[in-house]
Amino acid sequence: MPIKELLNTRMIFKKTQATVLGFILIFLIILMTIMTRGKLLHLSNLQAVAFQLPLLGTLTLAQMIPMITGGIDLSIISTANLSGIIMAFILTKLSGWYTTPLAIVVGVAVSLVVGVLNGILVAYISVPAIIATLGMMIFIRGVALVLTRGYVIAGFPDSFVFIGNGDIFGIPMPFIIFFALILLMLLILNKTRFGFNLYMLGSNITATEFSGVNVKRVLFNTHLLSSLLAGVASIIMISRFNAAQADYGQSYLLLTVLACVLGGVNPAGGYGKVMGVFASIVVLQVVATGFNLLGFSSHLANALWGLILLIVMLINRMISKAE
Amino acid sequence: MMRKSRWKIYNQTEFYLFIVLIVLSTILAFVNPKFLRLENIFDLLRNYTFLGILALGQLVVLISGGIDVSFTAIATVSQYIMGVIISKYYIDNILVALAIPIPIGIALGLVNALLVYYTRVHPVIITISTLNVFYGFLMFITSGRWIYKFPPSFRNFVQIKILSFTSAKGTPYGLSILTLFWIIVAVMTWFILKHTNIGRKIYAVGGNLEAARRAGINIFRTYIFVYCYMGGLAGLASFVQAQLAQIIQPNAIVGKELDVLAAAILGGASVFGGSGTVPGAILGVLLIAIIKNGLVLMRIPAYWHQVVMGAIIAGAASVTALQMKFKSRRMVRKNAD
Amino acid sequence: MEERISHFLILRNINKNYGGVKALEKVDLDIMEGEIHCLVGENGSGKSTLVKIITGVVKPEPGGKIEIKGESFEFLDPLTSFLKGIHVVHQDLSLFPNLSVAENIAIHEHIMKKSGLVNWKRIYEVADRVMKRLGIYIDPHIQVEKLSVADQQLVAICRSLASDAKLMILDEPTSSLTSREVERLFSILRDLKSRGISILFISHRLDEVLDIGERITVLKDGKKVGTFRKEELDKKKLTYLMTGRELAFVRRSKGLEKKVPILKVENLTKYGQFENVSFELHSGEILGLIGPRGAGRTELALSLFGMNPPDSGRIFVEGKEVSFKSNRDAIKHGIGYVPENRLTQGLVLEQSVKNNLVITILERILNDFRLIDEERKNKVAEEMVRKFGIKTAGMDVAAKTLSGGNQQKVVLAKWISTAPKILILDGPTMGIDVAAKESIYRLVSKLANEGIAVLFISDESSEVTANCDRIMLMKNRKIVGVFKKDEISEEELERRIKE
Repeated sequence: MPIKELLNTRMIFKKTQATVLGFILIFLIILMTIMTRGKLLHLSNLQAVAFQLPLLGTLTLAQMIPMITGGIDLSIISTANLSGIIMAFILTKLSGWYTTPLAIVVGVAVSLVVGVLNGILVAYISVPAIIATLGMMIFIRGVALVLTRGYVIAGFPDSFVFIGNGDIFGIPMPFIIFFALILLMLLILNKTRFGFNLYMLGSNITATEFSGVNVKRVLFNTHLLSSLLAGVASIIMISRFNAAQADYGQSYLLLTVLACVLGGVNPAGGYGKVMGVFASIVVLQVVATGFNLLGFSSHLANALWGLILLIVMLINRMISKAE
Repeated sequence: MMRKSRWKIYNQTEFYLFIVLIVLSTILAFVNPKFLRLENIFDLLRNYTFLGILALGQLVVLISGGIDVSFTAIATVSQYIMGVIISKYYIDNILVALAIPIPIGIALGLVNALLVYYTRVHPVIITISTLNVFYGFLMFITSGRWIYKFPPSFRNFVQIKILSFTSAKGTPYGLSILTLFWIIVAVMTWFILKHTNIGRKIYAVGGNLEAARRAGINIFRTYIFVYCYMGGLAGLASFVQAQLAQIIQPNAIVGKELDVLAAAILGGASVFGGSGTVPGAILGVLLIAIIKNGLVLMRIPAYWHQVVMGAIIAGAASVTALQMKFKSRRMVRKNAD
Repeated sequence: MEERISHFLILRNINKNYGGVKALEKVDLDIMEGEIHCLVGENGSGKSTLVKIITGVVKPEPGGKIEIKGESFEFLDPLTSFLKGIHVVHQDLSLFPNLSVAENIAIHEHIMKKSGLVNWKRIYEVADRVMKRLGIYIDPHIQVEKLSVADQQLVAICRSLASDAKLMILDEPTSSLTSREVERLFSILRDLKSRGISILFISHRLDEVLDIGERITVLKDGKKVGTFRKEELDKKKLTYLMTGRELAFVRRSKGLEKKVPILKVENLTKYGQFENVSFELHSGEILGLIGPRGAGRTELALSLFGMNPPDSGRIFVEGKEVSFKSNRDAIKHGIGYVPENRLTQGLVLEQSVKNNLVITILERILNDFRLIDEERKNKVAEEMVRKFGIKTAGMDVAAKTLSGGNQQKVVLAKWISTAPKILILDGPTMGIDVAAKESIYRLVSKLANEGIAVLFISDESSEVTANCDRIMLMKNRKIVGVFKKDEISEEELERRIKE
């Protein structure tokens, strides 16, 4: 299969790369700091980073898991939006103490349903992950459009909005959630059988299957988990903005892939560490905030993200050639 | 004996697609007889020329084992530059207008080719990045301004028809010259894929990259051709789209990547490379055209279209995947022990 | 009157160093026109490096000489080598599965022309001509992926012929062929020879080497041991030359007493793969399963392991009938399977040795919270390395860094640690050096002595007659004979397989 051969990027991801990438990212931060005349490092801005980072971070974690299997999930943003919309309906149409918890449960449930669908397509019908999640992305986006007819749904109860905007002892609530998720991911990937099997499967699915691992179930759970994380991301997202809409944040998709790749996740599968991804998320968010401060439009920001990813890929390749 | 097996191959995807197409068309004709009117068909063909040309470009990329999601950005950039030039300098020459976007598309495609070859990273990641780079910078520079003041040659071109008829009401209709573009591109693509060395090399590279390398096929040149072809066709398609809309809105094209991919995959091109045909790609586009047309004629609101499209992609991909599963099970048996 | 046959290829004083390692040292080789010359050597002997130098992929150290039909070179490049008529048919055949037979055969027509139109008529003509020359016929319109492996190989050979090969290098060409197909291949090679085309035949199958080869060059540790005429050698001598030692088969001393059948198979059938297979396997017994390729052995094994559900028939484990829906069921019933293809099915090469060792027994390294206990994991893995004598630079290095023999030990270790009652070994010593083979035989014998039932699938009669208590012969998808250890000799078994 030509794509797989082209993907001999397994060779590329080693410790030297991580160090060089680290330098690139630090260079970016320094550049941004200079360009914003130091404003970037102001406490208020760093706090903003802490508030914004969890959304990108959670979505990136959602992307990380399928990427370790050598796949990708193109539907995470749409899933987050759909969950958000359904939660928004509940939050705006119902009232009572139970509204917020109910909305959260339903939101997560919706994302799980998407995860199940993706899981079935990829694990049991063996549709390549790119296509399966592509189809789902379109499908879900359509459903979201049907439900909202393009309108934004806004105005949520305070208890819900707190999740995205409140803080506990000065630490932003979303950050607490994200931090908990990081710990959870560390646990899952490093300490559970699922995590172990995930890496083995990503490296060689045939041998893993021959060793008695239920690879279908692992793949299924992969998509279940990633959609679940997308669901959590949507809670953070709509509570922060106090609004939900059908087509928000598509540019995040590229960012999640970028963050994973920068963080050492090998698109070919089998390799990737949570702490690496966490580090790249932090840096990317700081850069994003920097873009904001510099008044870059989202288009310019997207263009720059694309450019950064390409440069990183080029540098990766040059390094591996030198080795 | 020998002839039979050749035609047997055609008995595969394209055949089934054709049947589905006929069935759907028949159903639609029942639901709304207006569908089968020649007028409607010519209109359909004209409106889907854009998608059709892009699908052919994507077909070539898919056959080589790659994928390109940046073509909408390439189209947008090519289109915009053309628009700026002909409206700012008031160039009243349709040939010049036609000659601008294609080389730009080729140049941007070249960027893709170089990156894909040199970084050895999966084209999906590379082209998602170039999509953002091309489109992002364009939007940044132009702030998304529309262009709508076109010289008359540009405005009139879209009216040209090959084969004209007059309807009962007296309004003229016919096969649009834009559709002719699609036909020409289709024939050209078919010819390249089937009867030129570079075309066969594209299949070879898509079928077994390592074997292609060993056999001495110049992979670099193959990639250059493939991505530049897609880029050039994206440029041409952007001309068509500007013609149809008679206005250039930078955000009009980006977002349609999925329709094109859906058409190509429906038409039998595999994500893994090595397979796909021009008839298949055309049938894929027609199928999507009919489905969408059908949805409109059945008064299903626009929002539902995406739902249907997504389900179709997932469904078609599932069928292909299941087919492959059963095929490989058969092969294992054959190469027993 | 002796006909003067000239040399086609002469290599003199070929050296190649990688880092500090001498991959090839002062190697000479000469191949005559129209000769079938065999190249043998263990893994790491330098065979593949030598081939790469001949095909121009790699340059030798300065000071060597390559002479092709009198023309001298210090080194070659791929294009020159190809144009001089040196073609390789790799083990993976390097065909284009999506293209037709004719196009694959005539692929050089596409390549020689940088651009331009395809002359389809010529392509079919070339394919026709070549196939006629070899006396074979395959429908030229069929896509290669639809052919059997043997037919694909013929297409690969046709391809070489079509681009005017003068020296055809065949790398392990028979690994996926049935014996009948091997015969057909050999007759074609002999035909090519009669037309003046030289063949360099590389294989670890010594029987075949001694069958088809006229002269045989033996490499060991990067040096040439010698070039011998076929008549001077036999299998034993050849093995000794390749390895420096004789393969000492540890003969099974423990006889088979009446034991309880731990595995019973009744009339197992899978359409197209195996038919009406019935046998019993007892604890502490090593049952050999041998037969020509294509007989259905691996399919049968996979059925027993739950990865290939049979169409009919019954399987009993410990007296109870079982039906496996997946290999996990089989594993639960105490069955383990060491796969045929070590590199793709047996090991996850990119992952660490440690991970490869524990993948089958994750249950055992969990702590009370059902999480992986790193300490326990390390301990268990280290113990396995010690117990099986696995030579590795460390627990965390990638499995691909291990030698073939040690890799196989990892695969064995991971299955033996599941404490199986029944262990199925599918070609466990393929492509492994002699020392490792011996330790694997010792290991298998020990396992049987401890009570494990072993199904030993193999291609080599010598291996099977030495190590097994009983031997099943499988041909044409059926079990055609069951023999007790001393009931049949190695030669007789070989004969029965081939007839």
